Amino acid sequence: MTTPHPQQVNQQAYAPAPQVPAAAPAGNWQAGPGGLYTSPIPVTRTHLGHAISSEWTKIKSVRSTMWTLGVFLFLVIGIGLLVATQTNDRDYVNVPFSLPAFFGLVLGQICLITLGVLVVSSEYGTGMIRTTFTASPQRHRVLAAKVLIYFAVAYVTSAVAIGLVGLATSAMHSGPEATGTEWAGTVFKGALYVSLLGVLALAVGSMLRHSAGAITAMLGLVLVPAILPAFLMISQSTRKIGEKMMDYNAPNSLAKIFGLDTESGHGNPQLWLLIGLTVAALAGAFALLEKRDV
Amino acid sequence: MIEAVGLTKRYGDKTAVYNLSFQVRPGAVTGFLGPNGSGKSTTMRMILGLDQPTSGQVTIGGYPYRRLPNAPRQVGALLDAKAVHGGRSARSHLLCLAQLSGIPARRVDEVLGVVGLQDVAKKRSKGFSLGMGQRLGIAAALLGDPQVLLFDEPVNGLDPEGILWVRNLMKSLAAEGRTVFVSSHLMSEMALTADHLIVIGRGQLLADMSVKDFISHNSADFARVRTPDTEPQQREKLTAALTEAGGQVLPEQDGALRVTGLPLPRISDLAHEADVRLWELSPHQASLEEAYMRMTQGAVDYRSTIDQRAGLQQPLPPGVTPPQPMPVPGQGQSGWYAPPPPQQGGQPFAMPQAPAGAPYAGGQAAGPYAAGPAAAPNPYAQPPAAPAPATPDTTQRTSEDPR
Repeated sequence: MTTPHPQQVNQQAYAPAPQVPAAAPAGNWQAGPGGLYTSPIPVTRTHLGHAISSEWTKIKSVRSTMWTLGVFLFLVIGIGLLVATQTNDRDYVNVPFSLPAFFGLVLGQICLITLGVLVVSSEYGTGMIRTTFTASPQRHRVLAAKVLIYFAVAYVTSAVAIGLVGLATSAMHSGPEATGTEWAGTVFKGALYVSLLGVLALAVGSMLRHSAGAITAMLGLVLVPAILPAFLMISQSTRKIGEKMMDYNAPNSLAKIFGLDTESGHGNPQLWLLIGLTVAALAGAFALLEKRDV
Repeated sequence: MIEAVGLTKRYGDKTAVYNLSFQVRPGAVTGFLGPNGSGKSTTMRMILGLDQPTSGQVTIGGYPYRRLPNAPRQVGALLDAKAVHGGRSARSHLLCLAQLSGIPARRVDEVLGVVGLQDVAKKRSKGFSLGMGQRLGIAAALLGDPQVLLFDEPVNGLDPEGILWVRNLMKSLAAEGRTVFVSSHLMSEMALTADHLIVIGRGQLLADMSVKDFISHNSADFARVRTPDTEPQQREKLTAALTEAGGQVLPEQDGALRVTGLPLPRISDLAHEADVRLWELSPHQASLEEAYMRMTQGAVDYRSTIDQRAGLQQPLPPGVTPPQPMPVPGQGQSGWYAPPPPQQGGQPFAMPQAPAGAPYAGGQAAGPYAAGPAAAPNPYAQPPAAPAPATPDTTQRTSEDPR
């Protein structure tokens, strides 16, 4: 020993932990896989169903879901009933009874956009995403489950809200001269439109991974095409773009779906555009999801 | 078992981890040490498939993490205690993780009990303290009852009782035959918990050896000698005598001498021969902490300096000398650490065995599970022919320059 103290002292000082196990595991792992720990809990093969039930637990266990959906219902039903009481039977000759819901939806779609973004980006914001992707390295499965659960929740909620407004209006105004047009279709199409807008927001949230950024981007996407045509119309050269924007912006698309503008296909082209946009955004989200570090 | 081969991660032009190769074996707690920013967490994230390595690969039980069929049932991880959605209750958080891998909901209540959070299971985790967050993270790691466990800084924020609990938990998990990989920057904690150590600095491997080897290779004992403060010439006399006899003498802050390479009785004899009185002659052990800090001091990215408070001070009135603060060890001075242990022949941190015969040479056909006892170099066993310690090697020491 070159040092003033024998080595033993050294080892004794640190003995408690290292000494004993240092010898034991040696035999343990040399014994081969038989010595490995195996859990008594049966291992199941996981699939999309597991991810869906997990996402269902997630979406119902945070308050932001209740808040955004609560505000959405309040806006659509509240404004809808308000409009219904302020109109009379003659107003519903050419438009569906679900029309009052449109005014609430123009505002309420922002709630669904917010929820769509939050479903994904809140996980990035809190760091929960690392826990999630550790628990399910099949990332695409998690995103697919999020999309499905969100779409189901948003669609059911908005369909119920629009349906309620339609029922209330038809009860109030089904006088002799107000035959009302067929309005069941507007419930499904209207709900589909705002839900898809939310799914688009979810995809954008997954790509941008930042709540405020993604919500702002979505608000821009909804509001800018509604405002910009006013300026584009001034110049002759940009007039065509302005007209297209006018036709396809979100509030106007909803208006077409609810029969305010009957001349052009009941909003079907607008719906198809949104479907295309959403599919493209989802494709981008899935592609980036697999590639990026979290 | 976790196996990394040539793991490298670059973020832009910054290399976080460079060419890291190691194995983490079952049945033992393996400590993963390094200063802040040395790449511990990046390595952990790459093991878990969260980050894609720039080059190299890491596998768990032979599979890359993202290809494991039901990952949480094989690997449990605590990465970051705050990696939870604060608005969700502890139970919901664990439940959604359990559902993701088909674990029965009963297991959630079980692990909540294991970590002692059953009373706050319904509370939102936003209000949890750091220690409670750690417990929740540990619960999530244990949820799948996995074979391999990774913990990133598990004792952060825990109270002493919690630290003891984690320490025992790690050991008992390893004793069950699981692979336990724990990162920490607290050497003292790892000395008590781990069986094996992997030390990295600036993203590169500094040491991969059993705790026992680490101690014997890196901790230095020394004697503290104090001569009468009133007679400084005695101190110089003794320093000369000790150096001549082959000892290494370092002055300490308070005027004492730190002597290595000489046994206590010899120091006493030398002092007697030199006719120097001693006020103190005491044995000391350089802690493992110190050995670790000495090893990593070249690889520390974030180093503190003395707070000068220059430019903020009021100008002193003339004739007043500013008070000289007592220097605090470790604050902005170098050379505070114990001298390197003498038996290593000047090479500060040699690995116990030459890398050639090491079990970590990646491509070796005979894996650790392959043959029985014939698979020779077992890092957890005693080093076969202990290269250094045991006997004092005086020739080596004298050749090693008396200071």
